Formats: sequence, structure tokens, C-alpha cells
Amino acid sequence: MPGPMRGRMPGQKRIENPGRIFKRLMKYVMKSYGPHLVIVAVLILVSVLANVQGTMFIQSLIDDYIQPLLTADVADYHPLAIAILRVAGFYAIGVAAAYLYNRIMINVTQGVLRNLRNDLFSHMETLPIKYFDTHSHGDIMSVYTNDTDTIRQLVSQSMPQVFNSAITIVSVFISMVILSVPLTVVTLVMVAVMLVVTAKTAGISGRYFLQQQRDIGKVNGFIEEMMEGQKVVKVFCHEEENIEKFRELNDNLYHSADRANYLVNIVGPVNMQLGNVSYVVCAIVGGALALSGISGLSLGSLASFLTFNKSFNGPINQVSQQLNSIVMAMAGAERIFKMMDEEPETDNGYVTLVHVREENGRLVESAERTGRWAWRHEHQADHSVDYVELKGDVVFDGVDFGYNDEKIVLHDVELFATPGQKIAFVGSTGAGKTTITNLINRFYDIQDGKIRYDGINVNKIRKADLRRSLGIVLQDTHLFTGTVMDNIRYGKLDATDEEVIAAAKLANADGFIRHLSEGYDTVLTGDGANLSQGQRQLLAIARAAIADPPVLILDEATSSIDTRTERIVQDGMDKLMKGRTTFVIAHRLSTVRNSDCIMVLEQGRIIERGTHDQLIEEQGKYYQLYTGNAIAT
Amino acid sequence: MIKTLAAQIKEFKRASVLTPVFMILEVVFEMLIPLMMASIIDDGVEAGNMRHIYYVGAFMVGAALCGLLCGIMGGKFGARASTGFARNLRQAMFENIQTFSFSNLDKFSTAGLVTRLTTDVSNIQMAYQMLLRICFRAPISMICAMSMAYMINARLATVYLVALVLLACILFLIIRRAMKYFQMAFPKYDELNASVQENVSAIRVVKAYVREDYETSKLRKASQAIYDIFIKAEKNVVLNMPVMQFTVYTCILLISWMGAKMIVQSELTTGELMSLMTYCMNILMSLMMVAMIFVMMSMSIASARRISEVLNEKSDLTNPVNPIHEVPSGDIEFRDVNFSYYNDENNAVLHDINLKIRAGETVGILGGTGSSKTSLVNLISRLYDVTTGAVYVGGHDVREYDMDSLRNQVSVVLQKNVLFSGTILENLRWGNADATEEECRRVCRLACADEFVEKMPKGYHTYIEQGGTNVSGGQKQRLCIARALLKKPKVLILDDSTSAVDTATDAKIRRAFAEEIPDTTKLIIAQRVSSIEHADHIIVMEEGRIDGYGTHEELLLSNEIYREVYESQTGGSGDFDEKEGDA
Repeated sequence: MPGPMRGRMPGQKRIENPGRIFKRLMKYVMKSYGPHLVIVAVLILVSVLANVQGTMFIQSLIDDYIQPLLTADVADYHPLAIAILRVAGFYAIGVAAAYLYNRIMINVTQGVLRNLRNDLFSHMETLPIKYFDTHSHGDIMSVYTNDTDTIRQLVSQSMPQVFNSAITIVSVFISMVILSVPLTVVTLVMVAVMLVVTAKTAGISGRYFLQQQRDIGKVNGFIEEMMEGQKVVKVFCHEEENIEKFRELNDNLYHSADRANYLVNIVGPVNMQLGNVSYVVCAIVGGALALSGISGLSLGSLASFLTFNKSFNGPINQVSQQLNSIVMAMAGAERIFKMMDEEPETDNGYVTLVHVREENGRLVESAERTGRWAWRHEHQADHSVDYVELKGDVVFDGVDFGYNDEKIVLHDVELFATPGQKIAFVGSTGAGKTTITNLINRFYDIQDGKIRYDGINVNKIRKADLRRSLGIVLQDTHLFTGTVMDNIRYGKLDATDEEVIAAAKLANADGFIRHLSEGYDTVLTGDGANLSQGQRQLLAIARAAIADPPVLILDEATSSIDTRTERIVQDGMDKLMKGRTTFVIAHRLSTVRNSDCIMVLEQGRIIERGTHDQLIEEQGKYYQLYTGNAIAT
Repeated sequence: MIKTLAAQIKEFKRASVLTPVFMILEVVFEMLIPLMMASIIDDGVEAGNMRHIYYVGAFMVGAALCGLLCGIMGGKFGARASTGFARNLRQAMFENIQTFSFSNLDKFSTAGLVTRLTTDVSNIQMAYQMLLRICFRAPISMICAMSMAYMINARLATVYLVALVLLACILFLIIRRAMKYFQMAFPKYDELNASVQENVSAIRVVKAYVREDYETSKLRKASQAIYDIFIKAEKNVVLNMPVMQFTVYTCILLISWMGAKMIVQSELTTGELMSLMTYCMNILMSLMMVAMIFVMMSMSIASARRISEVLNEKSDLTNPVNPIHEVPSGDIEFRDVNFSYYNDENNAVLHDINLKIRAGETVGILGGTGSSKTSLVNLISRLYDVTTGAVYVGGHDVREYDMDSLRNQVSVVLQKNVLFSGTILENLRWGNADATEEECRRVCRLACADEFVEKMPKGYHTYIEQGGTNVSGGQKQRLCIARALLKKPKVLILDDSTSAVDTATDAKIRRAFAEEIPDTTKLIIAQRVSSIEHADHIIVMEEGRIDGYGTHEELLLSNEIYREVYESQTGGSGDFDEKEGDA
């Protein structure tokens, strides 16, 4: 029975080529669990045959054992006892087989789910940022939850069920044909009726289910919106209107859910009673045949046939019930494979980051940490190796960029940052400040122009090494579930506790951390929900500090820290920025004023550049922003 | 808990009663069929009586039709009762949430409330339908089949009874063990999903720190743990099937053996033997059903508990018996106010607040993060109640006012504000449902929202998407201010409401306030000194206390915090650009 509210319904969108998806899914399952499935198939066969064998025995029970006993002078129970023991033996094998295949299927199901999750996740980690920009997080999550769940249903239930039913149907069908052809025909006719009725009802209920899905969407949307804005609702005393609106949506949902569920509910009884009618019709026809003696149908055969009749209807019913979850699983598999087929981030970089030490004025690669880094540049032409010391020299040369080719958001950006400089970006929202910093670490690739890092085109640098050399504190702070210590250590996995604390002190986070209930061992959950925005930013700064990168990018890193606290953090930040190339995006004057160069961006172009004093003198856009005389847009 | 939920069945009591009735009737008809079957074989086939076969056959078809009718009715009422119950639960929860005060809301997270209204309700709907349709059906079916079996032959039926009791005990043990593991498994599963979610939203951090492999190995560990625990749980569940089969097969063989002997001794007919075999399946399958329902029900208990938590939550703010409906003026006074979110004086966030604000004054409030600026202003419109002391508006304690009247006349623009899906006009009219379009335009002019609204192709009829995603942060804030102005309040409170508005526009709004609504008391919380320096008085908050009170000039001389903040922001505005939370 399909649940009344199980997320997406099949049929909303047609699945393209379900056969291909099915084949691919099977290949995926077979890859790790092929032998298991072969064994399972054999065991199912054994278990079904044992069951059929038992049903056959009931026939022989009356004809071959009871009838002779009734007519014999002295009742000899010996043959019956032997027969029962023999059947018991078969049953025992059947039970053992059933247990074994079910037991193996657990491993198969859970193993397939585990592999799916692992493969999905490790593939997802390689996807470019663009993928996450263009897919809603809810949709990505539902691949892990809803879609893998449909696969669980398929592997654990539908697959064995359908296989089991198919064998049962075939074997029962053969037995029925052997017992009586005319009665088999009668049974088949009834089965046909059942299938037609099921298909019809499913068609109608499908329509209502779609309606129900739409109504659920509306109700849930309203709930989400109002719960989010509940405090505003209170402030505006809007409770009554809300209740009325909700009642209307809720009632609509009730009506469509009522009808959809009603139709689903009646499929079962209809099929069952049709099965009963089939049973009766067979009894009458069979009775008539047995009495007339035309087809040589015995009483025992009729009894057996009727048992078969019942066990024939059962599996057909089951298969038709599995159809729904098979369709859902195909839709789920389609989305899963779609994610697995996404192109990973391209990385043709071959320049790597290595530790070096200086010997006789030359840089020599070193296995252990030396505190000095160099780019190991192996020239493709002659395989000669160069070492270029990592300094933090960043150059943008005529860079054009757009998130897609149609809409260029950065135009002809020229930028020079020499090691140790502090470069600031200012400009209104959407001017392209964050975008520029996202190009340095290659979250996105540029359309035109060149970005050079220590004189090397960033496209030649292996992404992992490039990013390792850049410390970034992002506009939106994200923390991970784990202790405060773990979160700071994220910047350098092998950092000692002392290093972590030193980094926290540098970021001025040590004070508030010590006030947390468990200090550095306080567990943060839900993206650090128990911390204030400012505290989270301090942790993010500490995390960047411990990574100790030569280039720092601070994107509104202190925006949620009040100005007084920021002044204190600033000392730490200044220490952190000392000797490093730093890119700063900020809307606060105090954060950018002492920069070596300030870039003013407008609509993707750098319109002014210079030091604070130079820009003030120019009396341009910076001056306007600075003095608060900006024209409101 | 059950009582709280059951109270919401209401008009669906009839359907809730009729469902099991029809389901039981269906069982009764179903049970008659094997009995008639036996009669067909014994009195019809064996006696060579074709007329009897037709006769009983007709009855059987009749019974099947009646069974069908009952099944359909059971399905119909079952659907009605369960979906109706779900509707009532949703409605009751939603209505109760509307009465929640801010502190009630703080107790439940937004996501928590949404889950309760959606997932939890549909869990209960499914469980309730199951309860009505199968929970009655299965035991009755079992009892009927058992009585039928006893009617046919008591000795053979006793075999079933013994088997039934044994099987029930074994199933119970298996399920209890399995449930234990499942209860351990589900939180782990949620954890896994939470960690995937975390990675999806923090993908930039992961990539920036090149932690892809680290995260993958973390996830591998977690998904292996889930694999292990689910295998442990399912290992138990999987025993159900063979145990069941074993019992059925044993019964069939025992009945065959004993039945054969009894037929020989003429104590049983072959037809009766066949019927007994059918009942065997009936009895034991029903038992399986009951076991399954037991599992389902115990899993939905968590949902039931979460729903009843919401239903039983009482608003901790109540209207006085004889409330005052009119706020006479915009005078505000705090007398010895202490406030704690937990109603615990040792945990107070506001200490010894004494404050007098005259009607029409503009008061700026400044202070660091966590200095309780918001807590202070939230007491004025009675979004929370003071712990000790009292807050007076217009000369009366706020607890003497009708809450709706107070909040309509003390208008707050919240820090975390939202617009709702609907046109701009519809959003504005939250402030006053009867406002004309002209009035809406006027307040938009005051809040400097007219300039961008009128540039939109559909103007005031522009549709705002859910969460206001199609307007910028600064635009959203200006619309929220306009919405609050439409109430024509005596007191207007802006809680950091222009943080995303550029300085020039901010100044324009303040000028409009001074000129157009001079009698309204205006409280402005801001981070920018420029937003408040021209106010009549400025309050400097520090760790829940008033650290300084006076004009800009006075505070510059006397208050260290104020001076520090001012100096760090001097030279014009502190902000360069429109800060936008979600940009």
C-alpha cells in the first residue's frame, strides 16, 4: 500500500528510458553483490519449490493416502507417515532456504545503500562550485534521502518479491495446467479481470494522488513561510487571517487526500473478493466436472486446484503492488545516476606545492616541514624541474568572467598584489567583489585573460595545492558538527592543542571559547547554531589562522562583529596579515582604510584604485561612499 | 498524550467507529467462505448433489459481494477518518501556534514546528489508518478463524492455539530485540543526513581547505556504522519469516497426520480438513499483521509525542481581564526592570533598567553584540513579560492593555524581518488591512521605498516571492518599515532595521520621520553612529545595563564606549555599501 504522503509521486515526470536505468542499476548492484544475488536466486527457487511441493502433497493426501485408508480393511498408516516425513524434510529445506536468502538480502540491501552513499558523496565532493550554485540544497539532499530510500525498497522488497512471485506463478501455473486445463482457463480469466480492475483504479487514484501532492506542496509551503515569519505575524496581530488561510488550504488537502486514500484502500478488498469469486467459480465448474467425470478430475485434484487458485492470485496481487515502488525506484535511480554523471571539477594542473630548504642558494625539495614552500614546476616540454618559492604574488591580467557565457560579470580586471600587501575591495552589492576572490582559488574558471600566482598561470597549478596556499574566511561562516577544537583544527588537521589555542588567541576567540560550557571541547551542532554570528566569524578566522597560508582572503570576515570587538580582533588580524598578501572585502571603513591599495568596483569593473588618501583626494566614488553622500540607488 | 491527540478526532468519530465495524464485517463474510467451501465439497461433490453446489456457490458469491461492499466502505471511512484526523491535528496545532508568545516560539525551533506540522502529522495519519483498518481486522480475523476451527474440530483446532501462542511469544521477543537496534539506528541515520547537509552547504569551506578526502573518509566511517547497526537490527527481523513458515508447515503436517486418522475414524470429513487448512493460514497471517502494526505504532509514538507537545503548549502571555484598548500617548517608562528569558533572576539579560521617554522623542540605542538592545525594546510591545519591575506605555503598565491593541499602537520592525509571498500592496496591508493604495504610497514615501517600487514594472502589484528573495536586503528593510508605519503607531521601534540601507537613504528616512510623524515616539537601534547621532537622546547599552544616556555631545564627553565606537566610525559613515545577508 503506498503511503499517503511519501514525497514525490511517480508519473509527475516521465522517466527517460527506464530500461536503460534498470540495466545500469542492476549492473551497479551486481558489481559488488553478483555472487550473492545468484545464491539468493537459487535459494528462492528452492524455497518456492518446497512450498509448491507441500501444496501438491495436499492433493496426494486425500487421493493417495486418505481414500485408500477409507477403503482398506485394516488401516495402515505407514505410507502416510513416510510421506509426511518426506514432506517435512522438504519443508525444512524450504525454511532454511527462506532464512538464508532473507539473511543474505540484508547484506545486499545495506551494502548497496552504503556503496551508493559513499559513491554519491565522494563524487559530490569533486563537483565544481557551479553545481551547488545551480542545484537547490533540498534537491541534493533528497538524492541522499528519498531517492536512496526508493532503491532500498527496490532491492530489499521488490526484487526478491517479484522474483519469488514469478517463480510461484510459473510453478503454480504448470501445476494447475497438469491438474486441469479448463479450470486453469477459468482462473486466468478471473486474473485478467483483476488486473484490469487494478489498472483502472490505479489510474484514477493516480490522478487524485497528484492533486494530493500539489495540495501538500501548498500546505507545506504555507507552513514553512508562516513558521519562519511567526514573530512578524505576532507583531502584526495577523493570527486570525492566518488561521483562515490555513483552514482553506488544509481543507483542500483533506479532500484530495481523502479521495486518493479511499481509492488506494479499495484496491485490496476488490482484488481479494475477486479472488474469492474466482475460487467459487472454480469450485462450481470443478464440482460439475468432477461429478460428471468428463475430464477425469478427482476430488483430491479439485481440492489441490483450489489451493493453487488461491496461491495464484496472491503473487499476482503482490507483483501489482510492487509495480508502484519499482516505478518510484526507477525515478530515484535516474536522479542518483544523474548526480553520479555530473562532470567533476576539471583539474589539469601539474604544478605542485612542496616543502623546500635552501642549499647553497638553491631551493631543494624536502620531505619534512621546513616552513618554506615552493611550487614544483615540471616543464612539459623537457621534463626539467623548476622550483619557484611561494611568495604570494597575485596578478590579474585582463580577466573577464561570467557565471555563464552569456552574462559577463567582471570586465577586464587588472590587479597586482605584491607579497605582503593588503588589497581591499569596496563597492556596492553585486559589484563583483566576492567573485574576484573566487577566481584566485579557482572556484570558477575565467572566460578570458590570465591570473598568475608567483608568476605561474593558476590553471597550471594543481587545484588542491593552489587552495592549500590560500586561506579564506568566507562571507557566510560555516562550521561543522564537532568540538570547537575540531573546528579550528579543520585548517590544519595535525595541529596540536597548543597550536589550536594559539590560533584562537590570535583571532581573539579564546575568551568566549573559555566561557562555553565545555571550553574547547564544546560540541557545536547545526552549523554552530548555539553561537552568535560574531562568535562564528571569530572561529572561522581562527581556522584560517591555523592553516598559516601565505595568502589570505577575508570576505566580510568581521561584518557581524560589532565595531568595538572588531577593533580588538583587528590587532590579531594585523598580526595574522603581517607578511602575507591579503585580500579584504569589507563594508566598514576601519577595515579597509590602512590597505596598501583599495579597489573600487562598480558593475564588474574596477573604477578607482589607490590608497585611502589618494582616493579621498580624487573625490570620486570612494569619496562619495566614504562621506556618506552616495546617491541612493 | 493519547488523550490530547484523540481529542482532535472530533467530527470524524463516526467514520472512526464505522471503519472497524465494516472491517470486522468483511472478516466475518470472509470467514464464512471456507465454511461454505467445505459444504460444497462434502454435501455437494461427494454426495453428487449439483444443486447443492449451485445453492452454496450462490451464497458464496453473495458473501464475497457483501465482503466487497464492507471492504469498500471500510476503505472509504478509513480514508476519511485518517485524513480528517490529520486535518484536525494540523489545524489545531497551527491555531495553537498562533497563540504562542515569543518565548513559546523560542522554545520550538522553526524547523521543529515545520516537521511537526508536516512529517509528524503524516506519520500519525498513516498509523491511525492502520490502526482503524488492520488493528481491528487482524485480531478479529484471528478470533473468527479460531472459533470456526473449533467449531469444525476442537482437537485439531487446539493444535492451532498452541502454535499461535508459541509464535506470538517468539515474534514478540524478536521484535523487541529488533526495535532496540532500530531505535539506535534511526538517530545515526539522521546524523548521517545532517552531515551530508552540512557538507552541501559548506562546500566552499571544504574546497577552500582541500578537505574533500577528509570529508569523504568521515562519511565512509559514518555510513559503515549505519550499515553495521542496520544489519544488526534486520538480522532479528529476518527471523520472523522462517519462524512463521516453520510454524505453518508444522501445523499443516500435524493436521494432515491427525486429520487423516480422524477421517478414517469418521470423525472428520475431507471438506472439513480442507477448511481447516485455510484457517491455518488465516490465523497465523493475522498474527504477523498484528506484529507488524505493533512495530509501526511504536515507531509513530515519537511523532505523537512531538505533536502533543505543541498542542499542550500554553501561551505564557495572557490578556488581562478588563483590558485597555486605547494607548493614550507614546510615553514610555521602565521602572526597575529586570528581565530573563528563563524567568530566572540569576540569568537576567537586563538589569535594573530605569528609563523615561517622552512622547514624540527620538531615542537611539547603541551597544555591542549581546548587550541586550533587542531584549530592551521587546518589552515595550509586550513580546516578552518582565521578570521583575514594570514597563509603562502611555501611563499604563503594558500588562493592562489588550495585547492586539498594544501591538497595533506600538509598532516594531524586527531585526530578523520577513516579507510574505504576495504583492507589495498585500504585504503592506499587513499593517492595516483597510489601507487605501494612497495610504500605502504615502508610507512607502516615508520609508523611501517608493523610489524602487515605482521603478518595478508592476509597481505596487509586484509579486514578492516566498522569503522576499526577489528584493534586495535594503529594499526588504524599507518595505518592512513602510508596513510598520501603516499602523499609524504611537511608538515606532526600529531594531537595526536600516543596516542594509545606504547612509544617504537612511538619513532621508530619519528626516521624513521627524517631519511627518512628529508625535510618534521613535526608538532606533543601530550599529552606525550616524543613524542615531541626531536623536534627542541616546542610550548606550553594555551587558544588559544602561551604560550611558544623553545627547550625542554629552555622551562623547562622558561615555567611553560611545566615544570609542564613534571614533572607530568617524569620517562619515561606517559603512561603504549595502550590506546584504544573503548576497
